[in-house]
Parts: sequence; C-alpha cells; structure tokens
Amino acid sequence: MRADRDNGKHGANILLGALGDPARTISFGVEDWDLLLRLARATRLLGRLAVCMEEQGLLEQVPPRVVEHFSAARVLVDHRQRMARWEINRILAALEGSDVPLVLLKGGAYIFAELPPSRGRLLSDVDLLVPRELLDSFEQILLGHGWESVKLEEYDQRYYRTWMHELPPLSHPERGLEVDIHHTISPLTSRLNPDPEKLFRDSVSLADRRLRVLQPVDMVLHSAVHLFHDGEFINGLRDLVDLADLFQHFGEHADFWEKLVGRARSQGLLRPLFYALRYTNRLLAAELPDAVMAATGDGAPSGPVLRLMDNLIEAVMIPEHPDFPRRRRALAQWLLYVRSHWLRMPPGMLLQHLARKQIMRWKHSKATAGTLVQGSR
Amino acid sequence: MKLAELPKEALTRGLEGMGILLQTGPFTVRIHSRVEGFTQQLRRFYANFPVVPEPAIADFHVRLTMPGGIRRRWRPQVLLLLDGQEVFLPYPLSHAFPLFEWGLNWNIAMQAHQYLMLHSAAVERSGRVLLLPAWSGSGKSTLCAALVNRGWRLFSDEFGLVRADDGHLVPLPRPMPLKNHSIDVIRDFAPDAELGPSFHGTRKGTVAHLGTPAASVEQSDVTAPPGWLVFPRYQPRASLRLEPISKPQAFIKLANNSFNYQLLGLRGFREASRLVGNCDCYVLSYSNLDEAIIALGRLAES
Repeated sequence: MRADRDNGKHGANILLGALGDPARTISFGVEDWDLLLRLARATRLLGRLAVCMEEQGLLEQVPPRVVEHFSAARVLVDHRQRMARWEINRILAALEGSDVPLVLLKGGAYIFAELPPSRGRLLSDVDLLVPRELLDSFEQILLGHGWESVKLEEYDQRYYRTWMHELPPLSHPERGLEVDIHHTISPLTSRLNPDPEKLFRDSVSLADRRLRVLQPVDMVLHSAVHLFHDGEFINGLRDLVDLADLFQHFGEHADFWEKLVGRARSQGLLRPLFYALRYTNRLLAAELPDAVMAATGDGAPSGPVLRLMDNLIEAVMIPEHPDFPRRRRALAQWLLYVRSHWLRMPPGMLLQHLARKQIMRWKHSKATAGTLVQGSR
Repeated sequence: MKLAELPKEALTRGLEGMGILLQTGPFTVRIHSRVEGFTQQLRRFYANFPVVPEPAIADFHVRLTMPGGIRRRWRPQVLLLLDGQEVFLPYPLSHAFPLFEWGLNWNIAMQAHQYLMLHSAAVERSGRVLLLPAWSGSGKSTLCAALVNRGWRLFSDEFGLVRADDGHLVPLPRPMPLKNHSIDVIRDFAPDAELGPSFHGTRKGTVAHLGTPAASVEQSDVTAPPGWLVFPRYQPRASLRLEPISKPQAFIKLANNSFNYQLLGLRGFREASRLVGNCDCYVLSYSNLDEAIIALGRLAES
C-alpha cells in the first residue's frame, strides 16, 4: 500500500513538474522518462509536452527514443487539429446563406484564435455555441447536409433536449468527428445560471468574419464551468492546463483580472472561478495575483467541502501509476460524476436519472459484450 | 543477451516482477505476465531476440493477467493490458500467445506514427526491399512465409515501416501467424519450417506461428531502401500473372494499404510518392506458390 502510494506520488511529481517547467526534465533519468511518457500519453498531454520542449529548444538534450515518441504524438495532434479545421470549414459551407452566428468553444476556439492552449492539444470533438432560438434551424441545416445524430436512445435524446445545455452530438458519417452544439454554457437545470445573451453580445469575431469566440473573460469562465461542473473529468488535467495557459496569456493585460472577477460575480460563476484559480495554482504552479485569489475568496465552499474537493480533484487529475493502479482515481471520478449531476438537477430527478442510466448500462453491456475490440489483424 | 540465454527461472521471475525488456526491430517492449504457458511460448518464439539491459525506456508496455474469481477455474481466461488499459476482451487462457501478438501489433499500429506504416509484408534481397501490401485474406502472410523460406530476409509480415529521413524500410521481425489452410500450404512448401502449435478457434480460425529466422533477427538494425512494390492476390486456380502497373495506380493502392497514411497528412503523401517513385510496381495474381516465388525471385535478379 505504502509503496503503491509512493509510486503514485512520484508519477504526479514527474508529470506535473514537466508540465509546469519542461526544463526540469533535463535531470530526468531513463526510468523517469519511461513513466513520464506513459502518464503524459494517458492524460492526452504528450503532444503538448512535445511542443513545449521544442519551443524551449530542449529536444537535443532528450533521449533519442523520447524524441521518437514526441514526433509520433505530434502527428496525432496535427491530424486531429486538421480534422477539426476541416469540420468547421464544412459547417461554414453548410451555413452559407443563413445568418446563424457561430461561436467556437474550447479546442476549436483555441486553434482558430491561435491561443496558447492550442499548442499540441489533442482534440476529440468540435464545440459550438449557437443562440437558443436558432438551435432548431441550425440542427436542421446540418441534418440536411448529411450530419447524423450520434446518440439514438430515446431517453438520451430527451435528456439532452430537456435538461442539457447542448443538443445530442452530431457527426458526419464520412468524417466521424463529433460536433457538440451548445446554446449556453451550463445545464438548464443547474444552480449556475449565467446569461447566454451576454456571452453572444460580447463575443469577438476572428480574422474569418464568419467565426466568433467568447471574449477572454468568458472563455476562461466557460472553461472553468466545463471542467468543474460538467462532471466527467476524463480530460481533467488537459483542461486544467488550458486554464493555466489562459490565465498566463490573458493575465498580461492590465484590466483582465478585474474584469474576470467582475464578470464571474455578475454571471454567478464565482465558485467555478475559485476552483480554477485554486487548482491551476496548486497543481500546475500557475502564478496568480494575490489580490485575485483574495477577491474570489467568497466563491469558496465551506471548509469541509473544500477539503473534500481538494482530495477529489487531486485524485482525479493525476493519473495513477499504470503498473500500480489503486482505484482511488476511479472512485474520485465516480463521486465527482454524482456531484456534477447533483449540481445539475434536483434530488428526485437525479435519482431517477442515475437509475435509468444504470439500467441502460446493464442492457448495453449485455447487448455489446463480444463486440468490444476482438483483437486486430 | 538473447532471451534464450536467460535461465528459465530468471525469465519467469522477470515476467512476474518488473517485466522483461524485449527488443524487436526498433521497438523495446516491456512484457509482464503471470500466465503459465505463455512463458514457454515466449521463450520458443523469441529465443534469439535481444533482451535489453535495465534501465531502459520501453515503447510499449504489455501485461498478461488472469481475471480473478470463478473464471480462474471455470473456462480460465487471459486478459491483455496495453499500458494498463484493457483494449481487448479476454481470450481463453490457451490463446495467450496469439493475444499477445495481436495486442502488440495493434499497439504499434495505433502509436508508432513517427513512421509511415504500410499494411504490408516486407522482405529483402540483394539490398532492396520487396513490399507486398495487402489487407487480410489476400495471401500476403503465406507469400511472405514462403519467400523467407527461399532466402529472402524477413523485415515483417505485417508492417512496412518507412523511416522519415531517408525513406528506408526498417525491419520489425516477429513470428509470422499463418491461418487455417495456409498452415498446411507452408508445411508442404517447406517441410523443415519451424511451425509452432496450432491455436484452434481464435477469431481468425486456427492460427500457427512460423518462427523468425535467426539471421533476420540478427540483422534487425540493417535497414534497406524499397525496390519493388507488388500487390498480391491469391486466386484459386488462377495462372500466374505478374503485371506492371502505373505509378499513379500503385500510389492509390499503397495509400489504401496503410495504417496511418491519412494521419500523416502532407508528409504521408510525400513519403508514399517517394516510395512509389523508387519502386518497380506490379500486381501479382497466383494460385501456385512455387511459381509466384520464382517470378518474384526473377524480379530481384533483373
């Protein structure tokens, strides 16, 4: 038990150390590198690490075998980013003649706005924000151009449409990339209730005038809401790295921090902002102004809840040693999943939903047992 | 040190403890196993492969375990973990070795994008590589096994690894899995060939592995430029036809027989073009293995 815990700690130090300051890897031994490659790949941050190492001119001091892994990881990153660009290109083509404003969120926004989190970022889908009143016509346009709904279970369809802040994902069968269409940034039933009108009103257009992104403070707040209130944490550390990048990048503008806190307060998003600041600072050593930390203090939860969150977030962000899994991460992930639903819906509805999902999972696992990858060639 | 030189107890201890670091072509694989029976298969098929001294960076981490509970006694199973992740459904315990081979192939195909990876057999003669790109069922493995038994050096029966800087093919010698009818075909063709036990009832039917020639393993780090691109097709009762095809035709066929051509984007296009440009390109249809081998041998001599 003790040894397993130490293995886990060592892994965390190596991964977080390398992400925070890539130059630290120069002192890494062969075994450290072996573990770092595995952990970075598991957290989808290998491409990111590769880009940062190259930017800092460190590649020549790295074992040649590691450089091979870096170039392989970058191939994957470049491919996914190319796919996302092409998907957005196809969406714009489908929208020609209509006047649906298209706001890019997350990965797509970072790439098109050329922001630091796009460096080596391994995208898995395209996220868009569309005004609620245009949602139906937008969906119809895409369906008319060959996109198809990914989730077909009737309950899932209804769940998305009634309770969520996004449509059931769409994807085009020729390309397979998932397109998530949001109309606001937190679930409709959630206790958080930011005003989407303000998000659209203050969004900024890109060089390609047909595309928009959220203004910097909203981009940060959305990233924080998504990470701390959406509840899956599958790419938790990657999303936290995004936030640290955004803080560093936008933080150079004098009025950013003041605007950020003000916006969080007026949109009722002080809690997620508090978490974003706290955990980028604690886990990634992000340098944040003391005044901002103090100003968001009233976004903090009560003492016991905060201590619990500290434990859960740390457990869920840091991958376990692949050879010595302790199930701690899986447990934390499950608790945070339940929490995100707790935040999203009233208790009665939550119980009903979780029960239905569990039944569907059982049915699903029976139906698909045997179709999970059965070996390749 | 070669795997065969490792005492049996040391091998078992290694597999059950911190793992054995095996070198195959450019890749270092860390193998963990507590599965009885697998150790003997590994020893048999990888006897002359090098064991890498610790510490080293492994490119792949493969672990074989047995799921616990009742399944240990009742129809025992084996589970493969790739870097701690469960990717495949469990197999019957007796299929541990083919599972390991498939799992490692899958892992390479999903990860080694520093190479253009062709889905192709690759064999070398007089310093140039013959590539036989084809999807399963076209007789590629059988042809490859036959060529290797007639003096060609095995690079791989599955992967054409194209190195980015000079376009050379990189050897990745491994045991060659023969399926169903091919097993008897090769037994007839090369009665001395070292064929392992038959694994019945796998997803691909019966599989038996053909050992890797020692010379191929010893020259694992000797790369070679491509020379011939031949798209094979086994057709029952067909008479032998080896016909040149145009480079654009060959290019399209090659792109369709690659694991990561699309993923590599522009680089994939450039590397595939260079390769096609440097090769004589043919389609081959055959039913008689001897005839096919003679025809391909003539290519190498001309």
